[in-house]
Amino acid sequence: MVALTSEGGGLVREDTTSLKAKLRRAERVNRMRSLSLVAPLLIFVLAVFVLPIGLMMFRAIENTEVRDALPKTIAALQDWDGTATPDEPVFAAFAADLVQTQKDRTTAGVGKRINYEVPGARSRFLKAGRLIDAGGGGPWKEKFLAADPEWGSVPFWAIMKRAGRTYTPYYLLNSLDLRQDATGAIVRNFPDQSIFLDILFRTIWISFLVTAATLILGYPVAHLLAILPPKHANLLMILVLLPFTTSILVRTTAWIVLLQSSGVINDVLLALHITTERVQLIFNRFGTVLAMTQIQLPFTILPIYSVMKSIPAAHVRAARSLGAGPLRAFVSVYMPQTLPGVGAGCLLTFILSLGYYITPALVGGPQDQMISYFVALYTNREMNWGQASALGAILLLITLGLYALFNRFVGIDKVKLG
Amino acid sequence: MLAPSYATPREKFTYFVFAVYCALVFLFLVGPILVIMPLSFSSEPWFTYPLPGLSLRWYADFFTDDRWRIALQNSAIIAVCSTVVATGLGTLAALGLSRGNVPWAGLIMPILISPMIVPIVIVAVAMFFGFASVGLNNTYFGLIMAHAMLGTPFVVITVTATLTGFDRSLTRAAASLGASPWTSFRTVTLPLIAPGVISGALFAFVTSWDEVVVALFLASPDQRTLPRQMFSGIREQISPTITAAATMLVVFAAVLMTTLELLRRRSERLRGTMVA
Repeated sequence: MVALTSEGGGLVREDTTSLKAKLRRAERVNRMRSLSLVAPLLIFVLAVFVLPIGLMMFRAIENTEVRDALPKTIAALQDWDGTATPDEPVFAAFAADLVQTQKDRTTAGVGKRINYEVPGARSRFLKAGRLIDAGGGGPWKEKFLAADPEWGSVPFWAIMKRAGRTYTPYYLLNSLDLRQDATGAIVRNFPDQSIFLDILFRTIWISFLVTAATLILGYPVAHLLAILPPKHANLLMILVLLPFTTSILVRTTAWIVLLQSSGVINDVLLALHITTERVQLIFNRFGTVLAMTQIQLPFTILPIYSVMKSIPAAHVRAARSLGAGPLRAFVSVYMPQTLPGVGAGCLLTFILSLGYYITPALVGGPQDQMISYFVALYTNREMNWGQASALGAILLLITLGLYALFNRFVGIDKVKLG
Repeated sequence: MLAPSYATPREKFTYFVFAVYCALVFLFLVGPILVIMPLSFSSEPWFTYPLPGLSLRWYADFFTDDRWRIALQNSAIIAVCSTVVATGLGTLAALGLSRGNVPWAGLIMPILISPMIVPIVIVAVAMFFGFASVGLNNTYFGLIMAHAMLGTPFVVITVTATLTGFDRSLTRAAASLGASPWTSFRTVTLPLIAPGVISGALFAFVTSWDEVVVALFLASPDQRTLPRQMFSGIREQISPTITAAATMLVVFAAVLMTTLELLRRRSERLRGTMVA
């Protein structure tokens, strides 16, 4: 192929070069030809996928609101030593900046940004905006302090100065319930703002419960599929694969119909006199874990099954013939050989569970929402894109870390598709 | 049948318990889907058994209501277009990668597979930010690009898998007989890898067809897809029309799965490596 595809036109000139060099050149041409086949997709994925995610990660530390809206104030604060309330020049610069933000209608935006770190700052900024609109001149320090003594707070101005920097660890720290105090030291966040570690642990805990449930339910089924004759196993395999190919949304819909208080399960429980009144099965942790377990079950079963399928039946028979009881033969000969499949299946389910959004959003209550829900919430509802990106960065980091683990033990390219 | 011939009565009982346990798990797996399907044929708008009567009114509702009709149409357009893009790019890349001499292949492959790995909300939000800056939000083009990107890893994986069993001497033979690279691809390679390409395309199609989170972020009501319409319906009040839509999606998935299985068998036959 190499010889055939190299251009004939260069033969005369190349007669003088060594055979080795010609071979190298032909190989290089061939390599570039392969690369040019891969290039369109690579460029596509880099442009549509890798670049946006990179920009999103960057957004987690990007901090331009204050820098862009209050440039004079930030410049004036550079010389401030942070020991006492800043003097008139800082307040005058601040007033000049506010004239501009009132014109651009960005006062509320910059107030919102400061409000993340100083509760109540947003309304104070809006009030200051009205003070500016009222007109008149300085001295501004007395005017601001008369409007609200909080403008004299030293920690407030320290935070303002820090918020003027282009990059901030604020969102990432906040995602871990940490904050920087006025001196810049990292301390635990205020209790009423410390919600994120709880969300993170909840996400991990729900994923763990789902993984454990799929293993307990899936392991025996994988074993059954592996030991049945192919004719029966293939038939039962359809029962595993049908839900696998049905969309998550459809399966979540099915669970809502089943679990809601006027739903099928409650009807059955009442009809059989197991309960005397309708039980709350949905919009709680139970419903979330149940639905997620059913959706993830095939992902746990299939890798375990494919490992079990490769274990020769002779091993257990040999153990039995050497005097091991059925339990001992199973536990000490069969089970250890299934561990690679168990590891792969559980890790896959755990990783996929971490990123769940649709199912908890539809069958969970407020206390069952996972980290993905908050990434969406901070993007759509709160419009706090820095926080959304920081939470996303943490989720992505955990996911990629676990995948690296998965790749080391299993190999990402060995994931079976149906 | 399950127990070995040398099993004691106690072991046989254990196997019986084991079989019952597995039966219950299978019920758990398919039960929910089987329960909602008949409900879509109910004559009344509540979800109870036994059905008060049979009717096709929810299916009629699905096909006559403008919101559902537009959603179905959008889903079809977006899924078909994104499948074409994903299959084209994915097959080319798999062909390149399978030549075994791509520089930095160890770096390229994880990048190409990464859309499958990253949690979907992160993909959706990142694209929402990224597309906003170039004006692609709320456009068909943006959603098609996003769905195509999500589908490409499946195409790369299935086509690469088909190509691992591919006999390179066949294309060399074609070349030695005077075929141009394009002719030998069209007449020799493509027919042999077709099952892999088609199953990759089906995976890409299903990825777009079922996708809801990216559609929630990138699409305006004008581009709402079937899953998105279902999602907002469930949020408000779950209606039997949604179960009718769900039932059709299940049947559709079953048909697709059967097609994939037939393709897999054909591909194995073509490669002459029948795996039990």
